[in-house]
Amino acid sequence: MKILVCISKAPDTTSKIAFKDNNTAFDENGVQFIVNPYDEWYALVRAIELKEAQGGSVTTITVGGADNDPIIRKALAIGADDAIRVDMEATDAFQVASEIAAKAKEGGFDLVLCGKETINNNGAVVGGMLAELLDAPYIPLATKLDVSGTTAEITRDIAGGEEVLTAQLPVVISAAKGMAEQRIPNMRGIMAARSKALNVAAPAGTEASTEVKSYSLPPAKGDCTYIDAENPAELIKKLHEEAKVI
Amino acid sequence: MSTETKEKALMGGEFLIRDVRAKDVFIPEEWNEEQVMMKQTCLDFVNQEIVPLLERIEKQEEGLMPSLLEKAGELGMLGISIPEELGGMGMDFKTSMLCTEALGEAHSFSVAYGAHTGIGTLPILYYGNEEQKAKYIPKLASGEWKACYCLTEPSSGSDANSGKTKATLSEDGKHYIINGQKMWITNAGFADVFTVFAKIDDDENLSAFILTKEMEGITLNAEEKKMGIKGSSTRQVFFNNVKVPVENLLYERGKGFKIAVNILNIGRIKLAGGVMGGSKGVITYAVTYANEREQFGRPISKYGAIRNKLAQMAIKTYVVESATYRATQNIEDEINHLVEGGMDKGAATLKGIASYAPECAMLKVFGSEVLDYVADEAVQIYGGMGYSAETRVEMSYRDSRINRIFEGTNEINRMLTVDMLLKKAMKGELDLMGPAMKVANELMGIPDFSAPSDNEFERMREVIGRFKKAVLMVAGAAAQKLAMSLAKEQEVLMNIADMAIQLYAAESVVLRVEKLAEMKGLDAIKVELEIMRSFMFEASETINKSGREALMSFGEGDELRMMMLGMKRFTKMEPFNIKESRRVVAQAIIDANKYCF
Repeated sequence: MKILVCISKAPDTTSKIAFKDNNTAFDENGVQFIVNPYDEWYALVRAIELKEAQGGSVTTITVGGADNDPIIRKALAIGADDAIRVDMEATDAFQVASEIAAKAKEGGFDLVLCGKETINNNGAVVGGMLAELLDAPYIPLATKLDVSGTTAEITRDIAGGEEVLTAQLPVVISAAKGMAEQRIPNMRGIMAARSKALNVAAPAGTEASTEVKSYSLPPAKGDCTYIDAENPAELIKKLHEEAKVI
Repeated sequence: MSTETKEKALMGGEFLIRDVRAKDVFIPEEWNEEQVMMKQTCLDFVNQEIVPLLERIEKQEEGLMPSLLEKAGELGMLGISIPEELGGMGMDFKTSMLCTEALGEAHSFSVAYGAHTGIGTLPILYYGNEEQKAKYIPKLASGEWKACYCLTEPSSGSDANSGKTKATLSEDGKHYIINGQKMWITNAGFADVFTVFAKIDDDENLSAFILTKEMEGITLNAEEKKMGIKGSSTRQVFFNNVKVPVENLLYERGKGFKIAVNILNIGRIKLAGGVMGGSKGVITYAVTYANEREQFGRPISKYGAIRNKLAQMAIKTYVVESATYRATQNIEDEINHLVEGGMDKGAATLKGIASYAPECAMLKVFGSEVLDYVADEAVQIYGGMGYSAETRVEMSYRDSRINRIFEGTNEINRMLTVDMLLKKAMKGELDLMGPAMKVANELMGIPDFSAPSDNEFERMREVIGRFKKAVLMVAGAAAQKLAMSLAKEQEVLMNIADMAIQLYAAESVVLRVEKLAEMKGLDAIKVELEIMRSFMFEASETINKSGREALMSFGEGDELRMMMLGMKRFTKMEPFNIKESRRVVAQAIIDANKYCF
């Protein structure tokens, strides 16, 4: 089974978020990047587990510049066999999906996995677009995945319960929490990553279909005033006179 | 990296008499991607496998610590610098130091890990014969077997060679019969392999033996009740007519003390790496708490008193890191140089580290005292909560304390520092007396009134040059005045060691920041510049105070007065606003909400 896992970088969750170029771009200065946790902990690790159990190969794919190489090599250290990096600075999800689709078609993959979303942009659309471009079924937010022969069995969380469904390969699946557990790359894996192929591919040249006008941070939190529960009159007074909401 | 422009590195102790160029030192900003990933694996292991279990580890839950060592083994963390053919990763010494740093945040686990991979494994790795290495090392690297190191006895701690444990050759010549008692043995409770030091018959010097837990006659006392590192196993081990096959003698008869000393050299610099990691971790939770805890309507990290603490904690830690990795690279270079000359990697590692034994001892002292300072101030920042056993900082405070005691107490290491430097001088390896005489003559000359350079690094190097003169003046005068009795004047030795430590630390931070300036430009390192300035002030004060204490302890009359004036001149610093300087440093870690250098 040939598995393709879509990997992207995301800022470490402790990063300070700032914008540049008139608030149209994320300021990467001083930001520590990690593999997007949904891509790594769930999609990649489950792919590696399937390969370990059933044989086959795991290839990762990333659309981006050479600054992505450290996170790609981490994926190789965790256990992916090889990696493709489409060398372009994509600015929207359609571009990313189109570029991945072009390579996925060339590679003839049985299973394409991606995280349910990246933790920076929370777009959660690449998987769906990719499935459409590959003319394959798309099963988002999967919490469990098994493959038997050419059939994938997927469990998804739905409101108030679970849904179990099957689909014929090839299929595109987005992975949510529960599909696998984070793996710490071991030292041997890290050393082996040196000699695994990180293939840099020329982009197909898809144009972006959207343009970011601006980003903004949520408004700064104001001071919190505690009012004694025994004193509702003070609360009403403050809401009336200071907050002027009543 | 181009080597053609690299000057011959300073040999151990040479920092006192020679200058070094910034471009020739290694700085932590130069770790490569693979090394950073290995460090991250260790940090992930600590955060995912250790931190959630700290309470259970503290209670020494049966089987827990050995199972964690096994998990570390599965990840390859027990064999970082063990050769690949013996089941390790074959990484260099520097990378193993980086991993040690990362594991320094793991409280009791750090101690179990350090004892297993350091004093537990290394004697066999470096002194074992081929059969011994093949038999033990792969299983120690995988974690299948755990190791401990049995040197200390109830009556022989700092004076290790005075141990009473005996080994007697059996009549058939096939076994040594070992009898004796060891104490403070880390990992004893679950160890499979014991490296035991004992004297054969009436030998004057120790020999070392490899024992295994199934050998009859090995018994353990109950776990010691300790102030800190409670999760680590520490027991007394008794040997009652233990029959040890003669092939289990490690290295050569009577060479056990040499093994002990050389392994301790490694242990000391490794300890510096571990406490540095510990300091970074403590700073991170101190600043996180200071940012969250509000008093008088504001987070306490907005108050100058707290900022000053956070800044000093970070500054000292940054300096420990600068000095430790500077020395680590020197050791690495020396190991490589010896290997290129045809020496076996294990022997080269030992010799390389031994060449920098004074630096190892200094870093052990400096690093452990910085961690103690950091942990103490972190408790203070936590206030009442810091005194509660529910916070991790309380555990850090207790755990930190042992670092000033084991691997040679800091007092022993201070004396060793001076002793080793003077011995190098006497052996002709280090010309201390020539430069010391020059400084003595300079005292009578006219001070240099030339205008200071516009370049801050040049000015800092000039100050470092004067610090060196200060150390040389005091050490030279002490050696001359006290001659053979110097060894007994331990107070003076402590003073000289403190001066040397501060000098090494100060020079290391200047070199690091200067190199950073070359790499990134001055605008990108504003905080680091303040770290350098603040620490230089601190070093000048300590060198001055320790120097004057030493001089007053043995100097007299006009000569004393002249040297006191010299000390003032040698440790003079241009005034600057240190409060603002520290505020800049504090702000950086407050903004990052973690130790961020």
